[in-house]
Amino acid sequence: MKLSEGEKEVILDCVEEVLHSSSKNREGLIPILQKVQIKLGYLPFLAMELIAAGTKVPAVDVYGLATFYNQFRLTPPGKHQVKICLGTACYMAGGDITLESFERRMAIKAGETSGDRRFSLGRVACVGCCTMAPVVVVDDKVEGKVSPTRVDGIMLALDDKTGVAGAEEPA
Amino acid sequence: MGAPHAQLVYQKLYSEALAKMEAYKDKPIVRVGTASCGIAAGAQQVKDDFVREIEARGLDVIVQEVGCMGHCYAEPLAMISKPGFPPICYGYLDYGLVHRLVEDFLAGDDPSYEYALAALERNDVFPTFEDFPRGVYEEKIILAQCGLINAGDIDQYIARDGYSALAKALSLKPEQVLEEVTASRLRGRGGAGFPAGVKWRACLNAGGDEKYVICNADEGDPGAFMDRSILESDPHLVLEGMAICAYTVGSSQGYLYIRAEYPRAVSQVEAAIAQAREKRLLGSSILGTPFAFDLEVFQGSGAFVCGEETALINSMEGKMGLPENRPPRPTDHGFRGKPTVLNNVKTFAYVPSILRRGADWFRGVGTPESPGTAVFSLVGKVVNTGLVEVPMGTTLRQLICDVGGGLPKGKEFKAVQIGGPSGGCLPESALDLSVDFDSLRAAGAIMGSGGLVVLDQDDCMVAVARYFLEFTQQESCGKCTFCRLGTKHMLDILHAVTTGQADEESLKLLEELAEDVRDGSLCNLGRTAPNPVLTTLRYFPDEYRAHIEEGRCPALVCRELILYYIEPSRCSKLCNVCVGSCPTEAIFTRTDGLKEIDQEKCVKCDNCRKACPTEYSAVIRLSPPLLPLGK
Repeated sequence: MKLSEGEKEVILDCVEEVLHSSSKNREGLIPILQKVQIKLGYLPFLAMELIAAGTKVPAVDVYGLATFYNQFRLTPPGKHQVKICLGTACYMAGGDITLESFERRMAIKAGETSGDRRFSLGRVACVGCCTMAPVVVVDDKVEGKVSPTRVDGIMLALDDKTGVAGAEEPA
Repeated sequence: MGAPHAQLVYQKLYSEALAKMEAYKDKPIVRVGTASCGIAAGAQQVKDDFVREIEARGLDVIVQEVGCMGHCYAEPLAMISKPGFPPICYGYLDYGLVHRLVEDFLAGDDPSYEYALAALERNDVFPTFEDFPRGVYEEKIILAQCGLINAGDIDQYIARDGYSALAKALSLKPEQVLEEVTASRLRGRGGAGFPAGVKWRACLNAGGDEKYVICNADEGDPGAFMDRSILESDPHLVLEGMAICAYTVGSSQGYLYIRAEYPRAVSQVEAAIAQAREKRLLGSSILGTPFAFDLEVFQGSGAFVCGEETALINSMEGKMGLPENRPPRPTDHGFRGKPTVLNNVKTFAYVPSILRRGADWFRGVGTPESPGTAVFSLVGKVVNTGLVEVPMGTTLRQLICDVGGGLPKGKEFKAVQIGGPSGGCLPESALDLSVDFDSLRAAGAIMGSGGLVVLDQDDCMVAVARYFLEFTQQESCGKCTFCRLGTKHMLDILHAVTTGQADEESLKLLEELAEDVRDGSLCNLGRTAPNPVLTTLRYFPDEYRAHIEEGRCPALVCRELILYYIEPSRCSKLCNVCVGSCPTEAIFTRTDGLKEIDQEKCVKCDNCRKACPTEYSAVIRLSPPLLPLGK
């Protein structure tokens, strides 16, 4: 993925800011990655290289951490994030079928972001709301008892927020 | 010296907290349960509604946020205490009900008993939770205050004797505290049940002046949320337990390793730490004694294997969370190579009560080998889902039928899955098994972290085994070959079974592989990963055979082995519900007015079957997937 000059600058500033307020050693590495991801939404390669240089840890180890832990993502997230809970209770209540409905509707697979970066779809192990299974987390809002027929409604609500036909809402 | 001094300093804190609580006494208080589970059900909205309605009427009522009471089935929940009435808990709240409660109860004098769940104190007018079957079996030690106190206000905790155990510990010698914990026979609640006293002693004896206390709150088990609930609802209980442990083993720094997926738990604990520091219950010279101990939160990054202690320590050191060979155990060579005590959230949460009430009292609860209580998150096909705490030794039948209220819709019980991905599925015949570390292990399951999922006739045991194995397979860190590749092969076989492509040989291979993975893995993730498969093979062999020999899924779950069919004799031509419910437009109206499913388009989402009115129940599933003759 090629970054524009503007994006590079944002990444540089962000990493510098995080490194400034963190302990620059191996123990501080995971918190640094977490903070950078919160700010940027993902971990671009450039950010990982900068963090490696800043903490004096080999870049390959930083990459190792970023790929070992589920929390980190290497591609930018979509504007709207939909996460399907696949904890035991949700799975038993048909969470996998709900996931398939979203995959069909967004035309992407779990873990992917749509080409126009409007949606990303993921799975989450358990959000602890087992009584409302199957549960879907839409932009940090928990939706309970999501049957495949409700999927269309949720998608429509997201469409309304972003404007129809992919028009971006003004920032 | 420190000894009696700690008690004096504590007494001052205690009377201050009490005085603060006294001010609340004459005012009505609304406590809304806003743990993650409550918020998901809309508790934040309910709280805002209360505030707005109360302000609109100019009432003098305090609205507080509290944690989770464990009655998750009835969320959103609130408790209303009004002088002159017993405190009453209301469930299933929405705007209409909030409006009514404010108008009739808070502004008026009608407690609207028809909407009440139960009272919280004995009284002459309304039953309490203890009067229901669930209350008879439940005995709350570590959940006792969850949902009753505001986690964001340390004084509420102190006013209920909070931190008195720490004050008591500080007036004893570390050796005496250790003796009490050892005598209580408290076993670690992380799953394995290792005696806490033995672990603490090993750390105490390890020597050196730099030691660590770590609380394992990396609750990654899908379907278990008791650690989260405790941290959100009563964080000081855990902090106090950790401080006592630190005093005992001689540590001055501790960490709480909390999953990043639990943002609310992280913020509640961080706020609690800050408040405890302010009150001199953490930091230097705790309660006026020379004892110094401080805590920090470390956010885990979503790797299930980090629940294993050596992997967790690696993760905290900024490495990949790979488990290590033991020995050396963390009590000798742990975080930063120093002696470290690593216990589960619940283990630490028991410690204050043990010190306050004594080891003898603790041993009197539960069974001789597993004293104390067990906390379960009860989910699945059970009426009263939620968090429950029962004494060890309660039978599974009592837990499911009485505490959980049985299965909904009159469905038939099939199995109960205990201990999450590391546990096993136990059948009806095992229901009289007592819940404790040893008898569960003997039956092939484990106590584990405490997830308890009830399964009924509509659940396929092979699919359940595949689900859990899929989870452990994805979460395998890849260090041991058997865990990395063995689970993958096992998963492939289970896929073949659920899609009707397996043969008799594959079951034998599956069992062999399961044993190899168990024996050939370093940590408990791999060693217990085959449990769901082994127990389902052992207790439900017929279901495996039906899949393999007849291409049939008895529970009608495995989608490759079923098809959806609309029974013409039952279909009402006048109803169109199924057509509208289909997300793929697979259902069409035939020329004779009946509905039919285009099998090519059908994705087997079950929507039409749910949508079809019960008086028709025309949509049925057939397994093996063959249309009736003549179709």
